[in-house]
Amino acid sequence: MSRRQLILLALLLLAACALPFLVSNYRTFQFTLALVYAIALLGLNMLTGYNGQISLGHGAFYAIGAYTAAILMDQYGVPYWATLPAAAVVCLVAGFLFGLPALRLQGLYLALATFALGVSLPALLKYHHLEKWTGGVQGIVIDKPEPPFGLPINADQWLYFFVLAVTVLMFVLAWNLLRGRMGRAMVAIRDHHIAAEAMGIDAAMVKSLTFGVSAMYTGIAGALGAIAIQYVAPDSFNFFLSIVFLVGIVVGGLASISGAIYGALFIQFVPNIADEISRAAPWAIFGIFLLGFVYLMPMGVASAVRLALVLARAQGAK
Amino acid sequence: MEAFLHQVLAGLATGGIYASLALALVMIYQATHLVNFAQGEMAMFATYFAWSLINAGMPYWPAFLLTVVFAFVLGVVIERIIIRPVENAPVLAVVVVFIALLVILNSVTGWIFTYTIKVFPSPFPAEPIFGRYITSHGGGAIGVTLVVLLLLYLFFRFTPLGLAMRAAAQNPASARLVGIRVGWMLALGWGLAAAVGGVAGMMVAPIVYLDPNMMGGVLLYAFAAALVGGIDNPAGAVFGGFLVGVLENLLGAFVIGNELKLAVALVLIIGVLVVRPSGFFGKVFVTRV
Repeated sequence: MSRRQLILLALLLLAACALPFLVSNYRTFQFTLALVYAIALLGLNMLTGYNGQISLGHGAFYAIGAYTAAILMDQYGVPYWATLPAAAVVCLVAGFLFGLPALRLQGLYLALATFALGVSLPALLKYHHLEKWTGGVQGIVIDKPEPPFGLPINADQWLYFFVLAVTVLMFVLAWNLLRGRMGRAMVAIRDHHIAAEAMGIDAAMVKSLTFGVSAMYTGIAGALGAIAIQYVAPDSFNFFLSIVFLVGIVVGGLASISGAIYGALFIQFVPNIADEISRAAPWAIFGIFLLGFVYLMPMGVASAVRLALVLARAQGAK
Repeated sequence: MEAFLHQVLAGLATGGIYASLALALVMIYQATHLVNFAQGEMAMFATYFAWSLINAGMPYWPAFLLTVVFAFVLGVVIERIIIRPVENAPVLAVVVVFIALLVILNSVTGWIFTYTIKVFPSPFPAEPIFGRYITSHGGGAIGVTLVVLLLLYLFFRFTPLGLAMRAAAQNPASARLVGIRVGWMLALGWGLAAAVGGVAGMMVAPIVYLDPNMMGGVLLYAFAAALVGGIDNPAGAVFGGFLVGVLENLLGAFVIGNELKLAVALVLIIGVLVVRPSGFFGKVFVTRV
């Protein structure tokens, strides 16, 4: 990474830290959610963007993460920060196990299988034998975390910083993973399955692991989302949540780390604006953006930003 | 025993609806090797069209026929305008386009007709006419499904246009060489699939009630049905539809309870895909590497 990029990133981080002191508590909360989405999108992007496995059911892993956190806090009194590793492990295992049969499926069939997962999960969460833990249709209400060590900030701001810290950590980890051996293997499998195997990559293992790691990211996001919203219920994790994630990675940019942030800002703030027109408007806009991006800008906002930077530099060099 | 028979017949009735939608999926799959995730929403949209006609005072059967025509045109237009540009695109792009279509149809319907749940009339009388084990709507739905099947069979088997469409689906290059307009055959295929889907929508609406999200679960069962029967085999899809309908009803009533019915579809889909991706009657493809 060049020095210039490092300075830019440091400035960005500084701006992110200053943000909760500049805007209202409600806006802070919205940015917190945007960060949560960014982690989830990063997870989905690893799977779909880098590894080429289509998932239409990532809302399910988000839900599993959220429920893991909520059940641990509600039933066992686990502190909120300690639920994240638990959610991570549960989703890693769940994703890996789902990824094993998914290995035999490619493209369309995987989309079908994950579609089924996404559509049927809310019904499973409502299952009355699990009601003791999941709270059935009513869901679970959890407490809002208070700022520790007597910090002079309010709960919303603390939550924002907590989520920001996790986000930065997850992005650094992802950046390391994706430019390393594993990331190269993921891209190689996406681009040419057979060539990748001929080069000695254990495609089955890499694909299942990618599924696991991707689910883990989304699960951590789910746990953070549950803590931020302080509430989980089956119907907030319906199939449309999985579509929201798909919109996020397509708009943000496939196979791009920064794309997760653009996508997250998009799925967090555009519905808010569109909601003022009509209840149906956000989805109509999502749909039109999906079509528009596939036809006109298949690599999303991230590629547009990259192109703009290159052009600007070329202008400057003249 | 009586309850069992009742559930089997009820299962056959919903199974017929799944079979119609599965058939629509298979028709598009045969022609383009794509699975249309928006099939359910297209059917839902057509059903709303029927609802507004009936609400405007049109008798049921003319409205039914007009809706079938409308769905056909809708399918053709969607293929020409939205699907055409991504014909040769990677799978991911196509899936995203289907999802976009699903979302747009869903929200536009919500926008026009609001999200309030509506009652959709059944053309069949309220008192049971097929004996006491099955509602008349259930029996009627089975009948309508069978008529649709017969018509499709006759069309594909005995008309020149049907033959041309089969040729275009099986071997586009050769079909083009003998003068078949392959692009238009695909569009017609989409239109027919949408029309069949529309019939399924109108048959299922009196049971699940009319709302923009009504097809979510139905589409899942239709996927399961198409996969069980073999996604490239129309007769298989119909068999799969009836099988899934009966299985869903029996398991829901006697084994796992109604809440987990959707999970049956999930297990079936993943199970079939993993164990026997070609389904019961599908062609087994061997890929050369």
